[in-house]
Amino acid sequence: MTVAPEPPEPSGDAPPTAADSLAVQAIGIVKEFPGVVANDHVDFDLRRGEVHALLGENGAGKSTLMNILAGLYRPDAGEVRVEGRPVDFGSPRDAIAAGLGMVHQHFTLVPSQTVTENVLLGLDRPRFLLHERESEAEIGRLAERFGLRVPPGARIWQLSVGEQQRVEILKMLYRGARILIMDEPTAVLAPQEADELFATLRSMTAEGRSVVFISHKLGEVLAIADRITVMRRGKVTAAGIPATGATKADLARRMVGRSVLETLERTPFEPGEVVLSVRDVVADNDRLLPALRGVSLDVRAGEIVGIAAVAGNGQSELAEVITGLRPCGGEVLVRGHAVANRSASTVLRRGVAHVPEDRTSVGTAPNLSLTDNLIMKRYRQPPVARGWLVDESSARAIALDLRDTYRIAAPTVDTEVRLLSGGNLQRAILAREIETRPGLLVAVQPTRGLDVGAIETVHRLLLDLRAKGAAILLISEELDEILALSDRVDVMYEGRVVGSFTAAEADIGRIGLLMTGGSEADHAPAEAAG
Amino acid sequence: MTIRLEPRTSVPRWLSPALTIGAVAVALTISGAVIAAVGGDPVASYLHILNASFGSVGVLSDTLVKATPLILTGLACALAFRMRLWNIGAEGQFLLGAWGASAVVLFPLVPDGTPAIILIPVMMLAGMLAGGLWGFIPGVLRARLGVNEIIATLMLNYVALLWIQFWVFGAWSESGFQQTKAFPDAALLPRLADFADAVPAFAGLTVHLGLLFGLVTAGLLWLFLERSRWGYEIRLIGDSPRAARYAGIDIGRRLIIVFAISGAIAGLAGMSEVSGVVGRLQDRISPGYGFTAVIVAYLAKFRPGRVIVAAILFGALILAGREIQPSGVPAMIQGIILFTLIVADVLVRYRVRIERRVPVTAAAASPPAASPPAASPPAPSPGAGG
Amino acid sequence: MDLGLILAGGIASGTVLLFAAIGEIFAERAGILNLGVEGMMLMGAVAGFSTTLTTGNPWIGLVAAMTVGGLLALLHAVVTIHLRADQVVSGLALTFLGTGLARVLGEGLANTNVARLPAFTVPVLSNIPIVGPIVFRDQSVLVYVGFVLVPLAWFWIEGTRPGLHLRAVGEAPAAADAQGIGVYRLRYAYVVLGGVLAGLAGATITLAVAPGWFGDQTVNGRGWIAIGLVIFARWNPIRAAIGGYLFATITPFNLGLQGVDRILGFENPFLPGRSATFFLDMLPYLFVIAVVILGSRQAARRRIGAPAALGIPYVRGERGR
Repeated sequence: MTVAPEPPEPSGDAPPTAADSLAVQAIGIVKEFPGVVANDHVDFDLRRGEVHALLGENGAGKSTLMNILAGLYRPDAGEVRVEGRPVDFGSPRDAIAAGLGMVHQHFTLVPSQTVTENVLLGLDRPRFLLHERESEAEIGRLAERFGLRVPPGARIWQLSVGEQQRVEILKMLYRGARILIMDEPTAVLAPQEADELFATLRSMTAEGRSVVFISHKLGEVLAIADRITVMRRGKVTAAGIPATGATKADLARRMVGRSVLETLERTPFEPGEVVLSVRDVVADNDRLLPALRGVSLDVRAGEIVGIAAVAGNGQSELAEVITGLRPCGGEVLVRGHAVANRSASTVLRRGVAHVPEDRTSVGTAPNLSLTDNLIMKRYRQPPVARGWLVDESSARAIALDLRDTYRIAAPTVDTEVRLLSGGNLQRAILAREIETRPGLLVAVQPTRGLDVGAIETVHRLLLDLRAKGAAILLISEELDEILALSDRVDVMYEGRVVGSFTAAEADIGRIGLLMTGGSEADHAPAEAAG
Repeated sequence: MTIRLEPRTSVPRWLSPALTIGAVAVALTISGAVIAAVGGDPVASYLHILNASFGSVGVLSDTLVKATPLILTGLACALAFRMRLWNIGAEGQFLLGAWGASAVVLFPLVPDGTPAIILIPVMMLAGMLAGGLWGFIPGVLRARLGVNEIIATLMLNYVALLWIQFWVFGAWSESGFQQTKAFPDAALLPRLADFADAVPAFAGLTVHLGLLFGLVTAGLLWLFLERSRWGYEIRLIGDSPRAARYAGIDIGRRLIIVFAISGAIAGLAGMSEVSGVVGRLQDRISPGYGFTAVIVAYLAKFRPGRVIVAAILFGALILAGREIQPSGVPAMIQGIILFTLIVADVLVRYRVRIERRVPVTAAAASPPAASPPAASPPAPSPGAGG
Repeated sequence: MDLGLILAGGIASGTVLLFAAIGEIFAERAGILNLGVEGMMLMGAVAGFSTTLTTGNPWIGLVAAMTVGGLLALLHAVVTIHLRADQVVSGLALTFLGTGLARVLGEGLANTNVARLPAFTVPVLSNIPIVGPIVFRDQSVLVYVGFVLVPLAWFWIEGTRPGLHLRAVGEAPAAADAQGIGVYRLRYAYVVLGGVLAGLAGATITLAVAPGWFGDQTVNGRGWIAIGLVIFARWNPIRAAIGGYLFATITPFNLGLQGVDRILGFENPFLPGRSATFFLDMLPYLFVIAVVILGSRQAARRRIGAPAALGIPYVRGERGR
């Protein structure tokens, strides 16, 4: 692997602000994966000291392009130049050596190790012995300089998601990265945490460093970026246009090739009886630390209640408690029947359906056929159950029916579901769950990682179910999704419900504040000031 | 150059059996090379195995006798492995089953002179109970205390052997010998030879009723695994325990039950061996049936029907292998077969692509259209790659 | 009976378990479960013994044993790392292969004798009251190698940069890979190291602690016991060493107990010829199960589990859904 010799650090006496000094230039990048052309002759450039947003849907090829820049993939064709010099990165290490670091959407941290150990991981120094204390002090100073609040001695699993992201940034800065690629950094952050991140990015560009900011959210792109590049289906549809003057509508059109501003047909809200009632529930997470510290909430028939929370604030555990997958203290009532600490099958019989967070190994059994996966919730009842036998032909008939009704694209119903795309997998799960005719559906991150078409399908199915009078508890990290679908929004923070809003009252600023541990009182002066 | 594995999106029907046969062939070739290396004659050895196991009706019958405990222990393993439950304890469960059946005769649990029609079923039950208990223990340890079942079952194998020795050398010892007294005729499973009066062709044939136990168990297990609700649950748990829990299945309970059933089947093998072949309890009644069963189950891809075929092949190997020098050859062949099977299994699931890496350099920025996809991860590949 | 001798014997045979367990700790810390320890130990035992028989030099035997252990481990490494086969199955296959092959190669080795590795007394240390004679008198050179290896292995894992990388590879291979650490390279290295140590453990039996070749009885399940110890030790070499010495010490107690006529005034039921000795022989195996139960429970309570990526093949850039 050839790497250009490390260029000198941008020093104070040569302000690297000239508009024509390019930090990174990618020319004619082509990258194919089996079945997809992820990048089809893509050009991209990044100037020194700018925040350049890369905008596009899931699957548009943004992450692939950036993974190529960061040395994770090699392009099939094309050229990458860093600070004018052609480079050929064989690994992320080469990219970092050239001053180019990437913070991935899924953090690449070692949970059992400390912040310091994670920052030092993979470096040539210290040579052999780990001098933890010295390194800790050094890392602490670096963090302070860029406003990255994080305790250097803490273990990663003890940190919040936002803090973990700071560790990732710190890692790159410690390696002397002058170019930072951030892949969907705000997906896991509350609005206020996002503001803090933007401040950090600004302090970096002020020093002459450059940032690529990958996103699919138009609003934040317009807020942070100097320039914007839009990608669609592996091609660039807008190349480095200035953010000032760009409009949401125009960017959206370039992103999806049609108007996307999804309009959800909602029937008026007619609340029925209380279906789910959660009272003072406490539960531990997998690490045996308290995850729920007294949660109470209600969901009525015909109502969607959205849980707004930053990842790791107990919402996943709440879903598991309700669906019988996690022991808890307190009371969970479904239509008045206690279900807390009962088996998952008891909860099932009470008419609770569940779209789980992990659709590949919880929601489905990857190596079993579509048929086997579609009967997962009904193999105990006739017609699939015939005494103690499974009636193959009726199972097959059900599978064929669901496949056609829900338009699950699978060659046959005998196809192993690991071969299905994410959107089809989610359709299959929803088909199965909805067909149990549930009184309550608990849906966790139902659209994570899906493309726009699949997201629309999921939203439509959820609203249809609501219209049929089911109660729905929607847990999502996409605040936009929560706001678009919910009749009521409950905000969770550190295992408690800290705020509850009707759809009409729901305000992204107030919700965001509560999600990060602020109180309503904190909000008032901020509003007055703004 | 790099070797890359791509998951297959579809598997041709012929591929899996072809690779299994290929794997066995490769294993025999490698084993032959080893035999030659230590001064043996591989061709003569293999011909001897073939002749000594399938050469005549008489030896074929002996082969089936050796295959009988392998069918049952192989089924025991196949059942557990379906759930990805690594029961390596069929050996111990086999021994306990033999002990349980013997206890019926030797304690005795039934009065002397009990007719075979009652005694045999009681012995079967006792053998299955004892073997089942020996499966139940690691099942509970795993389900309730999270104890690795491989270690638990292996340790229990040693304990089972010592348990047998305690009885055989002690209370049940026949005048100080390392074996018990011979069982009464009513405690012996009928052999084909017993019917030589009616059918002269059966004279000298050692095949006993235990073979039928094996075939019936295989049939029941097939029904259980492929057609029943429990079979569906086992498949689900085996593929994704978290999905099974989500589907409302009590995994811990299934695990204990499956482990106990698995042990009971292996226990039945032990009963069939003491009652059908040995006619008394000894500490050396198993030449490692419970371990060979692991390979039998694996070779059969955990399918009951194929277990029968695989068990007959290994029965032949054990029967004929006794006379082959050096004495470790059958065990070695088993080990090598298991390895080649694993590799064959990988080839079923993945397509192997060997690529010359085309360096993507700045100079190659305008590659020809037919440039091979350089998508291979640039991962270092010592060992396999070069 | 001499308690000192028993304890000294425990230290010696504990060394066997220690080598095997530390080898397995290295492999598992890198994320690869190798259940082939028993097979690798047997092959190490037979290779060491027969090479020494041929060459007359136990040191060459020792090198042969370690090489053979490493080669077998390399097979496991290729199958599990590059071919992504199930680590449980491959490890079992390795044990079958090692056991069978060792029996083939060990044909005719029974009832032969070879030169042992030297034993010596450490001058000053052996004069320490009580402990000195037990630990430092007339022990095989390999016992002292064990003493050195334990702290070294611990420090390597916890206090050095390579150790940091090793832990990362076993806990979060994707994270390690992203930092440019060669996940495959390290996994190969530590799996092979584990095999080398297992081979050493086998040779420790045949060349130092209990010279001679007794078929598969030579190792007699100690490979599995070592794997049990790893769980008990929570992947920590020091705890593994303590467990190994302790375990090996209570095993030779059998021999001691069996010589005693009366225990606490009662007739000793464990004397040879009295059948309760079989129950005494069961103790080591039951002890392993107890120790694993204990280890599993402690791990759960103190939130120290197995390396997070143990048993999971790593594939770079595998696109999840």
